[in-house]
Amino acid sequence: MNQNALLGLPRSLATRWDLIAIVVVVGLIAFLGEASRGLLEPLAQLEATPLSLDPVHLPWYAARTSLRMFAALGLSLLFTFTYATWAAKSARAEKLLVPILDILQSVPVLGFISVTVVFFMSLAPGRVLGVEFAAIFAIFTSQAWNMAFSFYQSLRTVPTELREASDAFLLSPWMRFWQLEVPFALPALIWNTMMSMSGGWFFVVASEAIAVGNTSVALPGMGSYIAVAIERRDLSAIGWAIGTMLVVIMLYDQLIFRPLVAWADRLRVEQEPGARAPRSWALEVMRRSRLVALATGTFNATVRWTSWAFPIATIRVAAQGRSLGRMDMIWFVALGAMVAFGLWHVLRILIAGTSIDELLPLIGLALLTMLRVFVLIALASLVWVPIGIWVGMRPRVVEAVQPVAQFLAAFPANLLFPLAIYGIVTWQLNPDVWLSPLMILGTQWYILFNVIAGASGIPTELRYAAENFQVKGWLWWRTVALPAVFPFYVTGAITASGGSWNAAIVAELATWGKTRLEAHGLGSYIAEATAAGDFHRIVLGIATMSIFVVVINRVLWRPLYYYGERRFRLA
Amino acid sequence: MNNVDLLDVRGVRKAFAKPDGSDLLVLEGVNLNVREGEIVGLLGRSGSGKSTLLRLIAGLSQPSAGTVDYLGKQVTGPAPGIAMVFQSFAIFPWLTVLDNVELGLRALRTPEAEVRRRSLEAIDLIGLDGFESAYPRELSGGMRQRVGFARALVVHPNLLLMDEPFSALDVLTAETLRTDFLDLWCDGRMPIKGVILVTHNIEEAVLMCDRILVFGSNPGRVLTNMQVQLPQPRNRLDPAFRELVERIYVEMTTRPATGVLSAQAGHMAGAGIGTVLPRISSNLLSGLMEKIAAPPRNGVADLPAIAAESHLEIDKLFPVAETLQMMRFAEVSGGDIKLTEAGLAFAQAPLDERKKIFARQLLNYVPLAAHLRRVLDERPSHSARKSRFLDELEDYMTDAAAEQTLWAVISLGRFAEVFAYDDENAMFSLENPV
Repeated sequence: MNQNALLGLPRSLATRWDLIAIVVVVGLIAFLGEASRGLLEPLAQLEATPLSLDPVHLPWYAARTSLRMFAALGLSLLFTFTYATWAAKSARAEKLLVPILDILQSVPVLGFISVTVVFFMSLAPGRVLGVEFAAIFAIFTSQAWNMAFSFYQSLRTVPTELREASDAFLLSPWMRFWQLEVPFALPALIWNTMMSMSGGWFFVVASEAIAVGNTSVALPGMGSYIAVAIERRDLSAIGWAIGTMLVVIMLYDQLIFRPLVAWADRLRVEQEPGARAPRSWALEVMRRSRLVALATGTFNATVRWTSWAFPIATIRVAAQGRSLGRMDMIWFVALGAMVAFGLWHVLRILIAGTSIDELLPLIGLALLTMLRVFVLIALASLVWVPIGIWVGMRPRVVEAVQPVAQFLAAFPANLLFPLAIYGIVTWQLNPDVWLSPLMILGTQWYILFNVIAGASGIPTELRYAAENFQVKGWLWWRTVALPAVFPFYVTGAITASGGSWNAAIVAELATWGKTRLEAHGLGSYIAEATAAGDFHRIVLGIATMSIFVVVINRVLWRPLYYYGERRFRLA
Repeated sequence: MNNVDLLDVRGVRKAFAKPDGSDLLVLEGVNLNVREGEIVGLLGRSGSGKSTLLRLIAGLSQPSAGTVDYLGKQVTGPAPGIAMVFQSFAIFPWLTVLDNVELGLRALRTPEAEVRRRSLEAIDLIGLDGFESAYPRELSGGMRQRVGFARALVVHPNLLLMDEPFSALDVLTAETLRTDFLDLWCDGRMPIKGVILVTHNIEEAVLMCDRILVFGSNPGRVLTNMQVQLPQPRNRLDPAFRELVERIYVEMTTRPATGVLSAQAGHMAGAGIGTVLPRISSNLLSGLMEKIAAPPRNGVADLPAIAAESHLEIDKLFPVAETLQMMRFAEVSGGDIKLTEAGLAFAQAPLDERKKIFARQLLNYVPLAAHLRRVLDERPSHSARKSRFLDELEDYMTDAAAEQTLWAVISLGRFAEVFAYDDENAMFSLENPV
């Protein structure tokens, strides 16, 4: 970055930007250090010190929750860099890894936690660490898949000439990875990481208070705080939690993602003209600070040094296309064995005791949940598409609204559930209807900000042309606005739909103190099975939901997406 | 070392495997050598395999047969002494100018101090000083390509490969870069011993090269090897320069290539629905015919002159001329293009009349169009799926070529109104919307 970071001594010891940077960096480290202290405590200690609803403890709980998020994010990045790279580099591995990723994306995240918590607790018996692992793993599963997918797709689309240039100039595979592939993939990866974080907040709240059958643990954190508040019907505690969460998400946004997005802007290969470069005050502080420059300079030198550790590339190119060799045969046999093994296990769990009588109502429940998701998406679209278009056509308003929409998407909506449940209980509303909106509470924003992005991308000349020819009213919506935002809308709707299925597990079964509200659906089926520790029904429910999500994606969303790309994408 | 050529390419053949298992031949029997102090031009149209040959020399892919020797040793992968300049620059957008230039040296584990010194030298030489810390996006196309040159020169290559390095630049910028390059080359200020320049611009080849290899297509091969004896700096208006340009045009239009251009009326090479057609807009066809028909040309034109006047490089001009010849609107030979009676009639007719003439020529002389129309006429529904014709074409050509050919016919047929095509349903029909 800064070429002269290591050359020449600074004239003064520190600039005022340094001071700000020091405060930020040291603050972050202290925060994380504090939060990690409790990890090795024995479980008994956890049970001995129950969660307190005193708001004084909230910063500490927020720190613990953040730490989990960071740990999961680190794991997700590690997974992304290895799994996706492997899939992109090996034609053999690709055939298996990509479909697996696609399926994993569709498995409801909360499904993982109920299945894995026992395993993780056995890893560090009697210690908090084991439960922490389970929670972190649950967050990981909500983040990793789409990050890996994005990275894989970027690796596959590195421009040919850049690839050839790095070959012609003899870059070693290691250098190529860090100088070409990672920078090329980063903008999309950062965007997906932001989306993953939003999902992560949702599930960290749901995975801290773990109750599977007889195992019941509450890790100190925001999620457990909320759980206790619900149990005790403490509305003011819930208010405190929501406030704290707002602050935490704001800090994340301002200190981590905004600087990252602004920084990564330079990595984008194509620049659409007129698009304004994102800015971040935090990034500017860091750029102006000499200490940060020194740190990044050292980091760059280290990266450079690692490329020395590799031998000079001797790239050999294959003379002809691959032929099906013996290795392929071995690979396919191994693959077949793995698939058979997996199938056998699944069947063993499912078939043992599953009857048609059990399956039919399950499908009925799944259809109910599906109906809810579709109706909600339709309602949200009716509301947000016109608003999004209206906003998108006004650059000033976009600047004000877009960050808010993205912020709302990042806010874990399940924190707001207690308020809704309180309302339903108070006014004695029908839970089958009124619990449903909770499913889309957090995911509708994806529709809004995608539509805004689409509408603000409509070329000015096209809009002028429409004005010039007096295209107004319904005709204008039909021929100008709706087609232009269609591809963007579909992208948003896909995300919203996927998120809503996931949210169903939390939204369809809600409690307020001793009051229990249940909407009939697949989500409440899984939630109930989890509470009862009934593995057979958990697996059955998760499998059903995964199949439904996969099928809906293949049959509805994917064709719609390609249709939109083909017909309406403004080149 | 004086006895060994810088580069020696012997009997090179390159075929790509098609999905159906058969081979697509792109290069056949290519011989080429580069001696020290030479700029060798590879001139040809797109699809003549010249860029493929350049990639074989760069070690980015391997020939199916034959050998590529660099300084007497066979090239099996990218070699340290060979550097490349790309058509679309291929510089890393996330690295500064300096970082981009330094990258190649870093890959070679050059000591850090030397990396910096040599990079600044190269930047200085190529006229980029002051831009060291700029990012590529802040630079104009010309400046970006200068980065491409500096990056190639900094590794002190013996052989510099240039893949249409000026074709993505505007005319004036391209000329400045060419002149600067030639100045440095003639003064011996660049650390390179030989250059290969791939281009489809005849004048550029004559301006820069000591030797020009003219490539033919299907499969790509060397048609002629021409020595350019003119002293540097060369003047485009010099009669000897013009004559050489003219000679190359003649060469490229009369050689027995497999392209339609060279075919004699009556027996066209590859006539039948299996001919690959280029996608040409009917506006371009009309425009060229009008230009040739108008005084002072009155129906006969010199190809180099018309190319210069209409700013069409051979990559664009030849396919247009070929399509005109295929539809019997014109005849091409000896570097000239001459309108037929149909061509003259077309140029003078009003739009309605034009469409009729166009339809007649299309159905009479473009077998695929005639075939399409016949199928539509014979069917009771007067409609047919696109895939039906694609499958048929794919017996003769690659999938991509089939797609391109069908779209070429769709575009011509729509203009002539001999059939309609609905892309939404991928259906051909005889009904135009009323």
